[in-house]
Amino acid sequence: MEVETPILSRAAVTAPALASLASRVSCANGEGRCDIYLQTSPEFPMKRLLAAGTGPIFQICKVFRDEERGRLHHPEFSLLEWYRPGWDYHRLMEEVVELVRVVLQRPAMPVERISYRDLFRERLSLDPWSATPTSLCEAALGAGLADARELDLDRDAWLDLLLAHCLEPGLGRRGMTFLYDYPPSQAALARIRPDPFPVAERFELYVEGMELANGFQELTDASEQRERFESDLALRRHRGQSLTPVDEPFLAALEAGLPTCAGVALGLDRLLMVATGADHIDAVIAFPVERA
Amino acid sequence: MASYSTNEFRGGLKIMLDGDPYSILENEFVKPGKGQAFNRVRVRNLKTGRVVEKTFKSGESVEAADVHDTEMQYLYNDGEQWHFMDPESYEQMIADANAVGEATSWIKEEDICKVTLWNGVPLSIEPPNFVVLAVTETDPGLKGDTSGGGGKPATLETGAVVRVPLFVQTGELIKVDTRTGEYVSRVKDA
Repeated sequence: MEVETPILSRAAVTAPALASLASRVSCANGEGRCDIYLQTSPEFPMKRLLAAGTGPIFQICKVFRDEERGRLHHPEFSLLEWYRPGWDYHRLMEEVVELVRVVLQRPAMPVERISYRDLFRERLSLDPWSATPTSLCEAALGAGLADARELDLDRDAWLDLLLAHCLEPGLGRRGMTFLYDYPPSQAALARIRPDPFPVAERFELYVEGMELANGFQELTDASEQRERFESDLALRRHRGQSLTPVDEPFLAALEAGLPTCAGVALGLDRLLMVATGADHIDAVIAFPVERA
Repeated sequence: MASYSTNEFRGGLKIMLDGDPYSILENEFVKPGKGQAFNRVRVRNLKTGRVVEKTFKSGESVEAADVHDTEMQYLYNDGEQWHFMDPESYEQMIADANAVGEATSWIKEEDICKVTLWNGVPLSIEPPNFVVLAVTETDPGLKGDTSGGGGKPATLETGAVVRVPLFVQTGELIKVDTRTGEYVSRVKDA
């Protein structure tokens, strides 16, 4: 079922890596003018609908992220986001494959899947679960980042640096590459599977070295979700970032019961870049923000 | 002290790194899905000309370099240093051999040059794109040659040596493109 949820929200994402755009709006609840945030993703309201029993849902909407601008980033972009109750994330990856093949009109487009851990072990000969920041820095130096020693990064930021600079450009060069099973510290809203090496059941799709989609086996545990919000906020406080209000109605929906489900968000602007061979996101946007 | 955040980075911005002034050539923003964002930049050291790559965590700030360009008239060389003057304020400045660099092959008195100042001191000198200079020495060419094919070396009044067509003679004025160091044409009268 196609749904539409509000672009404006009283609450905002807590993830320290995401910056929400904020405004003020007149409310009818006696508070006068209230802080209001533009969504960075429709995830929270869509999960409220799922908890209310909608069954599978999708929507195409605009989302907004501040402090993201570059060849592949624009502060306003379009997502196709959908959820499949009762599915697991591997089955959802299959559906993503079908969709991309249809949209790109490449019915035989090859697909490969590689776990986050195997990618780092094969390409950089290090285990992202056990590598120390020092060994990650060495790997960055070895991969040609000559100024790596001058960077002051935590473990996850080192992994992000290696992924972004050394590994991502090679992903999806022959078709679609799914990267899956992330370190638990990078779970975002994914469920964590308690293996000997616990993994976050999360995947990303890459085509032509570009991240196109992010999916989760959705976290359905309300108390764990609340803990993640709180540790996000602690990190935001530590870094001096703005402290965004937690989405309480969303947490209430999880407490009421979110069905087991898998969900994915696909960046439509980037998919259009692949379809048209565009090299810069500005080529698929009518009026980029600098001229909007 | 002025500074720039990574989200102000763009080509041409002048920043300080390890005590040297740099100009940003290219700025690339990368961010894995849910993770740390980085700005990867190619920068040119304005003192040495060397180009290097640097990585910044997005949101970090970098000290601004007090670097700007101004047009100045070249006055004279005193044997060690080159003297320039602001044609409007008549303020004079002195540039050393490092700053003048290859411009010394092309400039002569009264030429207007682009002077890049760092903290008010000349950092580099860019000669005009085209200069007219006299040929002080070249082999006599063959009569009737007008093609310019092949050519021959000619020494100019500034000491620079350029390839010129065979018909160009000692004492004549020629126009040179300083960006390529190539002969453009003969000039009848300066």
